[in-house]
Amino acid sequence: MVQSILGGKGRVWGYGGIIVLILLPLFLPRFYIYLTSLILLYGLFATSLNFALGYGGIYQFHHAVFYGVGAYGAALVITKTGLSPWLGFIVGPLASALLSFVMGLICIRLSKLYFGMLQISLGSLVWAVIYRWYGLTGGDDGIHGIPMPDIIATPNSAYYFTLIVTAASLFVIHRMIKSPFGSALQGVRDNAVRSEMIGVNVKRHQLAALVIAGFFAGVSGALFVVVDTTVFPDMLFWTFSMEVMIMCLLGGWFTFMGPMLGAALIVLLRTFISTFTVYWALFLGLILMFVIFFLPDGVLGFFQKKMKQKN
Amino acid sequence: MDFIYSFISPGFLSQILVGLSRTVILFIVASGLSLILGVLRIPNVFHGSLYMIGAFMSYTISVAFGGGDTGFWLALIGAPIGVALISLVIERGLFQYLYEREHLMLILFTFAISLVFGDLVKLVWGAEYKSVPVPQVFQGFVSLFGGLPFPKYNTFLLFMGPVVAFALWLLVTKTKMGKISQAAAVDREMVGAVGINVSWVFATVFVIGCLLAGLGGALVAPTVSVTLGMDHSLIMEGFLIVIIGGLGNIWGALLGALIFGLTQSLGILIWPQFGIVFPYCAVIVVLLIRPTGLLKSTW
Repeated sequence: MVQSILGGKGRVWGYGGIIVLILLPLFLPRFYIYLTSLILLYGLFATSLNFALGYGGIYQFHHAVFYGVGAYGAALVITKTGLSPWLGFIVGPLASALLSFVMGLICIRLSKLYFGMLQISLGSLVWAVIYRWYGLTGGDDGIHGIPMPDIIATPNSAYYFTLIVTAASLFVIHRMIKSPFGSALQGVRDNAVRSEMIGVNVKRHQLAALVIAGFFAGVSGALFVVVDTTVFPDMLFWTFSMEVMIMCLLGGWFTFMGPMLGAALIVLLRTFISTFTVYWALFLGLILMFVIFFLPDGVLGFFQKKMKQKN
Repeated sequence: MDFIYSFISPGFLSQILVGLSRTVILFIVASGLSLILGVLRIPNVFHGSLYMIGAFMSYTISVAFGGGDTGFWLALIGAPIGVALISLVIERGLFQYLYEREHLMLILFTFAISLVFGDLVKLVWGAEYKSVPVPQVFQGFVSLFGGLPFPKYNTFLLFMGPVVAFALWLLVTKTKMGKISQAAAVDREMVGAVGINVSWVFATVFVIGCLLAGLGGALVAPTVSVTLGMDHSLIMEGFLIVIIGGLGNIWGALLGALIFGLTQSLGILIWPQFGIVFPYCAVIVVLLIRPTGLLKSTW
């Protein structure tokens, strides 16, 4: 998996990275474990967006909806029903996948910018319902202190749970990209007309990509519930969708690990900059402008290009 | 009969008028957005920030002149001009290098600028609510339909809507500038080939579009509390209006704003808790029936 990402030495780097991540709770304080959990789940979220946007070429502008629905799905099952929390972690992502399917069916006949705009509109509708439905979702306050099963209730165990689920999800997404389905999807992205001519059902492939992306966004949303034990409507607001696009862009669109790297950079920069100023958005804006002007392929894309030139 | 009466009741009529005044603001902002999207093909996310800056500038100017009538009129002229100057700097300094990029990059880039603007507004004006006084002339209410009180300022808004629409129509269809920009929207290389400086045409269109955002902000300022975050909800509404109206079509923006404003105000009447859901539903219905917007887009 990692070999195709980083070239020949990728395997070494990959295993090294996994070992470091496993050992991390031994020498890092609690707060940094929490941050690493956030990086992992944001990274999974950004990777799921990249699956639809980078590999599928679909203008998935409002991806945060699926993240939020996954989180709310899990949170509502846990707080409103007497069922097992584990069931909630399954229901959340499935709800995201279902919503993704329905929204995909509605949007798929439009292309590019119109697709994105209809998607934003539908997503805003979901946001508005969650934002106003005080009785069920707690409205703009959200839901706090969601009880977790004992086995994942401490920061370290929540971290390991996040690590396992993220690693498994990334593995599955990577296999999908490398599968015939993934190749066909990238073919559709590069030339939809030609793909249609050789017998690829363009719309069906795009719809499948949307459902998969929605499902894994829901998984990352459910992970957020595990790590933070809260949900709030801002998780579905369109600005958050923009932020996750920034993560993808910063790391690199057409690279597999780029979104994860972007998520790490954003979370670390936000934590670091927030220690001395409240104007984090200003810095984020400036970083983003810099990246668009000088690093349009993202950090990882930039290094990949450099490495190619060297070889 | 009671049911039918409730539809022509004073409450219903006044809610329609409130919706129409909202429509005017939405139209002014969305027409600028539509102009930029139609000619320059930039989905301008920081249009909402310019609207917010327009409102804050209007506050500053109004306060500087003692909060009276003079202050209001000067703010109504000064704030849009201030916003236009800011947009001119951004266009010449940054945007003219990015026209060839794809939409995704442009959206993210304009979002980056909106982030920067959001924090700059916080730096300059602080995080507290600001209120702009309604000028003396427009204070109080007029009575409509036999004693129905309606704010005088809203009648001024209802007057301004058609004025701006007419001015824009003149600008786009009757001036040389407008005709060139329409041609550039269709084929910018051809326009360049006949010896017109397309770069400056784009800059002008961009500045006019942004000026409208500033005007919208200055007009809305006396009716709302001017605050941070007023950009985020507005820009989303603006985009949806432009999309359902047809990209780049000014009458489409008017139609879209009308749909949005009326569903919003009547939605609150029908089901207060979920009033904000109605405009989004309207957008979805429109896009399902006419996927590329109600009127012809310039793309």
